Amino acid sequence: MIERSLFSEEHNMFRETVRRFMEREVVPFHAQWEKDGIVPRELWLKAGEAGLLCCTVPEEYGGLGLDYLFDVVVFEELWRVGASGPGFLIHTDLVATYILSFGTEEQKRHWLPKMVKGEAIGSLGMTEPHAGSDLKAIRTRATRDGDDFLINGQKVFISNGQLCDVIVLATKTDSAAGAKGVTLFLVDTHTEGFRRGKNLDKLGMHAQDTSELFFDNVRVPASAILGEEGRGFQQMMTKLAQERLAQAVRSATVTETVIGWTADYTAERKAFGQTVADFQNTQFKLAELQAEAVSARVLTDKCIELFMQGKLDPVDAAIAKMITANLHCKAVDECLQLHGGWGYMWEYPICRAYADARIIKIAGGSIEVMKMIIARDLFSSRKGGRAQAAE
Amino acid sequence: MLQTATRTSGDDSLDLFRDQFRRFLEREFTPNLARWEEQGIVDKSFWRKMGEAGYLCPSVPEEYGGLGLDFRYNAVLNEELTYAGSTDTVTLQSDITVGYMQNHGSEEQKAHWLPRMVTGETIVAIAMTEPGAGSDLQGVRTTAIRDGGDYIVNGSKTYITNGQNADLVITVAKTNPGEGAKGTSLILVEADRPGFSRGRNLDKIGQFSSDTSELFFADVRVPVSHVLGAENRGFAVLMNELVQERLSISITAQAAAQRAFDEAVAFTKERVAFGQKVFQFQNTRFTLADLAAKLQVGWAHLDWAIGRHVAGKLTAAEASASKLWHTEVQWEIMDAALQLHGGAGYMNEYAIAKLWRDARVRRIYGGSSEIMKELLSRSI
Repeated sequence: MIERSLFSEEHNMFRETVRRFMEREVVPFHAQWEKDGIVPRELWLKAGEAGLLCCTVPEEYGGLGLDYLFDVVVFEELWRVGASGPGFLIHTDLVATYILSFGTEEQKRHWLPKMVKGEAIGSLGMTEPHAGSDLKAIRTRATRDGDDFLINGQKVFISNGQLCDVIVLATKTDSAAGAKGVTLFLVDTHTEGFRRGKNLDKLGMHAQDTSELFFDNVRVPASAILGEEGRGFQQMMTKLAQERLAQAVRSATVTETVIGWTADYTAERKAFGQTVADFQNTQFKLAELQAEAVSARVLTDKCIELFMQGKLDPVDAAIAKMITANLHCKAVDECLQLHGGWGYMWEYPICRAYADARIIKIAGGSIEVMKMIIARDLFSSRKGGRAQAAE
Repeated sequence: MLQTATRTSGDDSLDLFRDQFRRFLEREFTPNLARWEEQGIVDKSFWRKMGEAGYLCPSVPEEYGGLGLDFRYNAVLNEELTYAGSTDTVTLQSDITVGYMQNHGSEEQKAHWLPRMVTGETIVAIAMTEPGAGSDLQGVRTTAIRDGGDYIVNGSKTYITNGQNADLVITVAKTNPGEGAKGTSLILVEADRPGFSRGRNLDKIGQFSSDTSELFFADVRVPVSHVLGAENRGFAVLMNELVQERLSISITAQAAAQRAFDEAVAFTKERVAFGQKVFQFQNTRFTLADLAAKLQVGWAHLDWAIGRHVAGKLTAAEASASKLWHTEVQWEIMDAALQLHGGAGYMNEYAIAKLWRDARVRRIYGGSSEIMKELLSRSI
């Protein structure tokens, strides 16, 4: 086994703390949260109390100022227990990061301390009914009105949509300008004109409150702009590598986890006078997955290392996401199959892991978008390949 | 609508039958589907309507109240039900359980049960799987022990389709627990017998409107005349009926895959991304072309297999190969069709999400893909 070399003794101690938190505060309740379609706010407060949220936020904004690996530990331990409900990743890895990178001093002081404590829950509002991977096509408008902006439009598939207190919202301030007309706003969800729509019924991720959001003449001051007017698209582009890295962390972890569950299950389960693990088909399927899981882990850890050095480029992040996401979906499918009929029953963790997994090839940039990014890079210095690599 | 113009198993009367059944489904099935998915079970009244209209168990001879039609009619019913989004509830009765009764029942059993199965008055389940025995049927632990003129049945079953609705359960039990396959019998147990109880309607990935359940037998007493086929000959009956079961699942898989493909075509021709229809991307067109080729081969194979089965020639190995191929290829088609939907594909309000989640179990039930390979390899 290739040993993981990223983590220090402090990280390992923190991991023990996070594990205990999951066992005590998450695992016993997750099935109920799936029925509820949402996790309780108290969980966020407890997670904040335990130091699980936004580990990298500096002390001056109420955080602990730790390195990115502490966030990674939290994500890995969430996925290790199959906890797809708590939307900590969006909150920590995206919303807090956006505010830290692009926020004014005032915005940081207002939101980050509350986010660290779990008192304010963050969400990212990009996707619209007619604009998924194609972000430039968004139609939500922010129109100037004196010193303010009026926001009108709707978003869909928004994680933490029912719970969120603050949204990093992608809008068009200039509908004629394409990417250059995109501006990000930091919207307080308690503002008049903001409305939450349905908590959407999905294939999996049942405890995650993925929702529609509506904006009807939501009035915000110009100081609510996050970053610069018209620079939203470029700002988002700079954060995509991090988002995709977090997805690779998820996929590498889930792959290892489901292989472990399946090895345990097949070693116990009897069929035709032997254990299921005694069949060569079982051994070969799991051997192949295990080999691929190790490769995925090595690639992911290397990308984490590069990211921490500020050297992870979007193409490598796209490669890591694509390779690990494809493996993730293959692993849950083959492991479910090795569980036989039980694999189709919701009470089995492999069943949930399977249903949860399917979104990974779509969300945060679909596999097809990853291929476009990789191809565009491959052909950028050559004559051909423009058409299919077009964004 | 399911396109059938190039099919080779049809004729005028079959086409007429299909048209009428489509209209029936539009009226009686489609408006209720969402509610049945929500409640986890199909209304019994739908079974009765199917029966009254002649759409249950078409193979049952006229002397037992049926229409005496060949298996091509079963295929039409299965294709249209599946294409419309049905789970495997009524098809189980028409394609699987009725065969057990029709081919192996005593005259008395047939005279009593077949007319009721045709009308939908009696809903039948077949209980094979147990918590400790899935594909490995010889590992069944439910027992039916003789006591004078009765059997006393004890044990538990799980993953039983129609488990909540069933009025009659064909129960796989050991009448001679010392023997493996040779000690196995099929026992007819009515659901109103003392000691019989239903467990949970199980929560699954998909197939929400199918009442897949646990069943429990605690000293259930039935007369020895309730054995189906001969005592200790249950395994031979099972082996005989599995051919049609596997062909039936092949048909379901193919029809579901066709619906998924049709959904993906409609969606990508509508949806715009990066300034053009998603359909116009070469990746989309090549993916759909690949799926279209697989579907064409699938329908041709299916018509061949249906023809052979009607002629009584389809072998167990051929049926296994058919189930293996159709359910696995169905899966590739489902997954690719969902991917072409993007984020919408993960949302249960889109048809593709339901098709995908309903499809996964077809690679497991009725003998998993691994069992199909095992059986097929033995014939090589």
